[in-house]
Amino acid sequence: MLEMRQQYSFYGVILYVASTIFVLFLTLGDGADSVTWNALFWVTQLFVCINAVAKSFLQESRGRMLYFYSIVNPAEYVTAKLLYNLVLMAIMNLVNLVLFTAFMGNPTSNTWAFIGISFLGGMGLSLIFTMLAAIASKAQQQASLMAILGFPLIIPQLLLLVRLSRYAFAEVFREGVVMQVVLLLLALDLAIVVLSVILFPFLWKD
Amino acid sequence: MRRSWWKIACVVLLVYTIVGGLLLPVPALRQLQETIRNLYFHVCMWMAMMTVFTVSVVNSIKYLRQLDLRRDIQASEYATTGVVLGLLGYATGIIWASYTWADPNNPAYASFGSIVREPKLIGTAMALLIYFAYFVLRSSITDMDKKARVSAVYNIFAYAMLFPSIWIIPRLVPSLHPGQEGNPALNVNDVDARMRLVFYPAIIGWTLLAVWITSLNVRLAFIKEKNWLNAH
Repeated sequence: MLEMRQQYSFYGVILYVASTIFVLFLTLGDGADSVTWNALFWVTQLFVCINAVAKSFLQESRGRMLYFYSIVNPAEYVTAKLLYNLVLMAIMNLVNLVLFTAFMGNPTSNTWAFIGISFLGGMGLSLIFTMLAAIASKAQQQASLMAILGFPLIIPQLLLLVRLSRYAFAEVFREGVVMQVVLLLLALDLAIVVLSVILFPFLWKD
Repeated sequence: MRRSWWKIACVVLLVYTIVGGLLLPVPALRQLQETIRNLYFHVCMWMAMMTVFTVSVVNSIKYLRQLDLRRDIQASEYATTGVVLGLLGYATGIIWASYTWADPNNPAYASFGSIVREPKLIGTAMALLIYFAYFVLRSSITDMDKKARVSAVYNIFAYAMLFPSIWIIPRLVPSLHPGQEGNPALNVNDVDARMRLVFYPAIIGWTLLAVWITSLNVRLAFIKEKNWLNAH
């Protein structure tokens, strides 16, 4: 995709992650307890996602959209966007995890579970915000609109994820609940993809 | 006259709800006592809100299929009514909670923190935020057709994201609110037989009232946008 040509924005987002975590590290002083760590991790994840994914539609110029319009059909286009943002968010997720562990320590007792959960969460976040960026790009004041549209939609998922990641902090759940929530999140992601593919063609024609 | 039977039904049902709801006997539970009568008002607001939001989404889907601006006006007017009902539901809920949940020995702000964490309140807050965002989105696009299309897409997307979470999250998070395992008060065993006599008519009555209010607003909007609509 064309995003490869805009590498400055990619490095910009990485720098954004690094400086956010550095600020957290400085302001928190000597480490946070696991609940705070968890909350901060997900908030960082959310803002990184908004910054990384929002760019995908908002930066496109009119002319380029017209060019895409003439060469691909909307379903393919939005699938490509979703996939690209998935990969992008997975990379950001990794950076976020590494930096968090480096600066703020690693309070998780089940690290692999937490890594898995964070990738699951990053996936959901990037899918939702891709679709919202597509919607917001049609209106004025796109960047602020993105936050207004996105936050109420993302709260339930974020609540589920924060709850789920306590599993990695050795909180005991009832049998089967963890699997249930994971399946639920996957189903939600699938629903987002299906909805995006169905609804995007309506946004597309201008 | 023949077409207005449901309006008459609405008035009759609501008069019955208010008179019957305030006078008919209710079981006296230790915590609730007479406040249980709020069931006829508070729960019905939520029912009507859900119904109206659903109608709004159906209209959005129809708009995308037919590209008829009337559908878009209907979708937004139903959403407006839904927001009003949501706020009324909050208001009745606050009154109810202040008599049952709030600890009279604490100042009001001390109970506030714990009440705000209620998953049902969070769910409704999200629903209202989503529809406020919907109105912001509408007002930020000037072109009529584009506004209708983009906001219809957002309406459908938001609805599909919101409602699963409203059904799921309350079951995962502890809550004071009744109805942990399902829809509060809809379960036949939850509600005393004497109360069901008022409760079910009340749901229908309030929902009809919501539809009536909206249909007036829709007609008003049609008249205002007459020039636009006839051009199509």
